[in-house]
Amino acid sequence: MIEVKDIYKTFGDNDVLKGISATFQTGKNNLIIGGSGSGKTTMLKCIVGLHEPTKGQVFFDGENFTEMDFEQRVPIRTQIGMLFQNSALFDSMTVEENIMFPLNLFTNQSIAEKRDRANFCLERVNLKDRNKLYPAELSGGMKKRVGIARAISMEPKYLFVDEPNSGLDPKTSILIDELIAELTVEYDMTTVVVTHDMNSVMGIGDHIIFLHQGQKWWEGSNKEIAHTDNKELNDFVFASKFMQAAKEKL
Amino acid sequence: MFTSFGKYILLLRLSFKRPEKFKVYWAEVMREMVSVGIGSLGIIAIISVFIGAATTIQVAFQLASPLVPLSIAGKISRDSNILEFSPTISSLVLAGRVGSNFASQIGTMRVTEQIDALEIMGVNAPGYLISPKILASITMVPMLVIVSICLGITGGYIACLAGGEITPADYVSGVVDGFDGLTIRVALVKAFVFGFLIASICSYQGFYTSGGALEVGQSATRGVVYSCVMILFADLIITRLML
Repeated sequence: MIEVKDIYKTFGDNDVLKGISATFQTGKNNLIIGGSGSGKTTMLKCIVGLHEPTKGQVFFDGENFTEMDFEQRVPIRTQIGMLFQNSALFDSMTVEENIMFPLNLFTNQSIAEKRDRANFCLERVNLKDRNKLYPAELSGGMKKRVGIARAISMEPKYLFVDEPNSGLDPKTSILIDELIAELTVEYDMTTVVVTHDMNSVMGIGDHIIFLHQGQKWWEGSNKEIAHTDNKELNDFVFASKFMQAAKEKL
Repeated sequence: MFTSFGKYILLLRLSFKRPEKFKVYWAEVMREMVSVGIGSLGIIAIISVFIGAATTIQVAFQLASPLVPLSIAGKISRDSNILEFSPTISSLVLAGRVGSNFASQIGTMRVTEQIDALEIMGVNAPGYLISPKILASITMVPMLVIVSICLGITGGYIACLAGGEITPADYVSGVVDGFDGLTIRVALVKAFVFGFLIASICSYQGFYTSGGALEVGQSATRGVVYSCVMILFADLIITRLML
């Protein structure tokens, strides 16, 4: 479980996050949604420690992550898997080397064991026999899947995903969403997904937080979202005619 | 300026923290050594031979007098190569070739979130990315400078064979006459310091890149310019202190 308590983040004069508190449950797909500039990626980066919050605290299973220094954070970080918006695969390494990289640094496994684990992770994301390819040789969807394979290579307790569907076609987006949802249950992870993709929201949103102007504007599940009377959330979720029509049918 | 210098020192401190796994870092050091050393051999060989040849011809031209023995041209050419041309010109060229590579490589990793990915995994990103580059540079730049000295002197010899300003025998006699080991020590100290400056300054510029492709290019340019200026400044300081 991850708890965020009264997080503020300011860049110069710009208050991006204004006192957000939230709890992300284990085994659930927790979605952070909101329009561009609402602060969702900043919130994710504050949670994982890529940005230090101006004020407030983040707890990973009761441990105060915000007050730890780099060395103290390492044991928690080895339990974190993250899929970045552009996958962030290491260009100079093959697919297999990318997946084996955290294993090389933080485990004492033999090369054969690490290779087995890499093969298992690749098979899990339906990318068998692509071990020797370089990231430049992969499509956007394949890069995302390799990113997921790398994220789960250490069997993490926490999975963070930043815009998993950006730049993907609708069919691949659904496959990636389903994969994230399956892995969350399989590894019993606390999964936090930042997205503005409505398919993801309706498909896998067990727990949704809607950010607006740096504040938590709404919280609920994908079942509740269709019946909310929150104006800003309705404007955001049902902005398209397609979604409006879908809402009327609900 | 003071803020940047402070950030540079802090980054260097982080770069030399104890590695997570020595074996993984060692593999990176070896990879960088091949890239810096073997990868730069061609350009260093070409500039050394031409500079050595041109220096010898110019010195012989300037000393063309019946009162001065022509072997002096070989001696001056040798010392100029050892003390100045090989360490300094080679390092300036390496700043362009190796330094821009370091800055753009790390800068690209920054803007494509690869450095964030390292940090999320719990890897000390400055240590993993920068320390192998610094170690490779302070090892390989002195080696390249030794190669450059040998080829520079050879270039002078080729110029003597091809032209008529000075005979090869006079040149060789000047090269071996009154050789002082201190000049080699000065050249190696310079090479070591220049190697450190190139790797650390360019890596620093790359590490703090923000934005996109345009900013990566700007970081690489800044890295090369700043390291060239610092190389010339350090050249003056080392020469003043050691000679």
